[in-house]
Amino acid sequence: MSVLGGAAAGDAATGVGVVKEEPLDADSKWENFPYWVVLLGLLVAWFGYLALFDDNYAVAWERVREGIWLTIQITLWAFALSLALGLVLGLGRITDLDQNTHWSIRALAVVYRNVSRTYIEFIRGVPILPLIFFLALVIIPDLSDAVGKPNSVDNKWRGILALAIIYGAYIAEVFRGGIQSVPKGQMEAGRSLGLSRLGTLRFVVLPQAMRAIIPPLGNDFIAILKDSSLLSVLAIGEITLRARQYSAGSFKFREGYVVLIFIYVTLVLALSFLLNQLEARMTRDRQGER
Amino acid sequence: MNLTPMVRLVGLVKRFGDVAAVDGVDLEIARGEVVVIVGPSGSGKSTVLRCMNLLERPTHGRVEIDGVDLTDRTTDIDSVRADVGMVFQQFNLFPHLTVGANITLAQRKVRGRSKEEALEMAERQLERVGIPEKIDAYPRQLSGGQQQRVAIARSLAMNPKVMLFDEPTSALDPEMIKEVLDVMLELAAGGMTMVVVSHEMGFARAAADRVVFIDEGRFVEIGGPAEIFDSPREARTRDFFDKILHH
Repeated sequence: MSVLGGAAAGDAATGVGVVKEEPLDADSKWENFPYWVVLLGLLVAWFGYLALFDDNYAVAWERVREGIWLTIQITLWAFALSLALGLVLGLGRITDLDQNTHWSIRALAVVYRNVSRTYIEFIRGVPILPLIFFLALVIIPDLSDAVGKPNSVDNKWRGILALAIIYGAYIAEVFRGGIQSVPKGQMEAGRSLGLSRLGTLRFVVLPQAMRAIIPPLGNDFIAILKDSSLLSVLAIGEITLRARQYSAGSFKFREGYVVLIFIYVTLVLALSFLLNQLEARMTRDRQGER
Repeated sequence: MNLTPMVRLVGLVKRFGDVAAVDGVDLEIARGEVVVIVGPSGSGKSTVLRCMNLLERPTHGRVEIDGVDLTDRTTDIDSVRADVGMVFQQFNLFPHLTVGANITLAQRKVRGRSKEEALEMAERQLERVGIPEKIDAYPRQLSGGQQQRVAIARSLAMNPKVMLFDEPTSALDPEMIKEVLDVMLELAAGGMTMVVVSHEMGFARAAADRVVFIDEGRFVEIGGPAEIFDSPREARTRDFFDKILHH
């Protein structure tokens, strides 16, 4: 029996009153139960029931679901491309060469660093929707003209590239932050053993940075999925555009948008579940409980 | 017998902004010599050491390792560093790799050894520092003293010409200091050239050929350990040892 418990018993003996004995650090189960999971589950289930089984919604479902595969395609491509771009820009942001590197290569590094920084600051300084218009309708057509192939990029790819160009800037900062979260001593230890800067980055710093990078990268993955809806303004037939078209044509706004939101929330929850699993595995690895 | 000094500092200056952390020092360290550098905090002792493998790039002067001038821009610094072992206060083991992988990484990527060769070398060096059974452990599973011994083994596996120690026992709990110093004493006895920044007087007395007392970026006094500790010529040296030896 604990000291406190003893005191309570003593009080009882002297007739002061009996306090129900409960450890001070007890988690009260009813307070910590994840009610939100149940509520969210009910909400999704209700939307799903309507979308899939209610006759009024069946037509909307048939129309909107034709865009699901395109939404997924856009998300995967835009994420993959923005990862590559983000790594290049993120490394550029922190390029720093040894003093004994030839001056011309160091000058290139200065250019690389500053171009990366300009790109990142510019993109992050403009809201996404205007950027999508600007990139997909101005920059990408200009570029395809410049290489002598006008109109060679179709609508879908203009949208994907615009998203990749935008998220590349955000993901660059994720990579930069992850790399900078690795203590400086790691680079010094690698270099002291005779590994090159690039070698140390590859074998020592980046593998450690990955742990800090995975969670925010997952956030951006989900953000791309959600922002793929913005591409509906480019007349790309993903689910948002199809829901708008269906609703506008039939005046069945409730049906069209309930179905649309059901699809997004299902996709996002599924994706974040997968990302959580991945993160949990990485954390286990960190604690050495493989 | 090769008479080229293993380490040679000529007019070494290192400035950080306006502050001269190292303010013009000269030193020659012979093969097999053990030199201990002591001095108050902020005196520039670690900076001198870090200039010896160019973790800090000198502002002026020269640093030579076995006759190779590190400040010459045409010098391949990576190949010099492979020959200069460095042990850090914070160990700096690679936390995502096992002890074995920590010790074999640079052997394979820098020395070009095969996996088997590198692993055999890792086993030998771990044996030498007394923890052969830890080869598959991760750094976080080891005590501070064990981690530092792995760090020493990792450096030794590269067959360095000289070993630099930057306050190797300052981050350790008191009961683990001895196990690290014992390894260092053995290294010294085996003829390794060593430069050690440390306040461990016991180690310096037992192993150092010379002790350098540094203050405000300058070498105030250089001599044998007994000479420096027991009968320093300079007032500043005396002051310092009075402070650290008597409370």
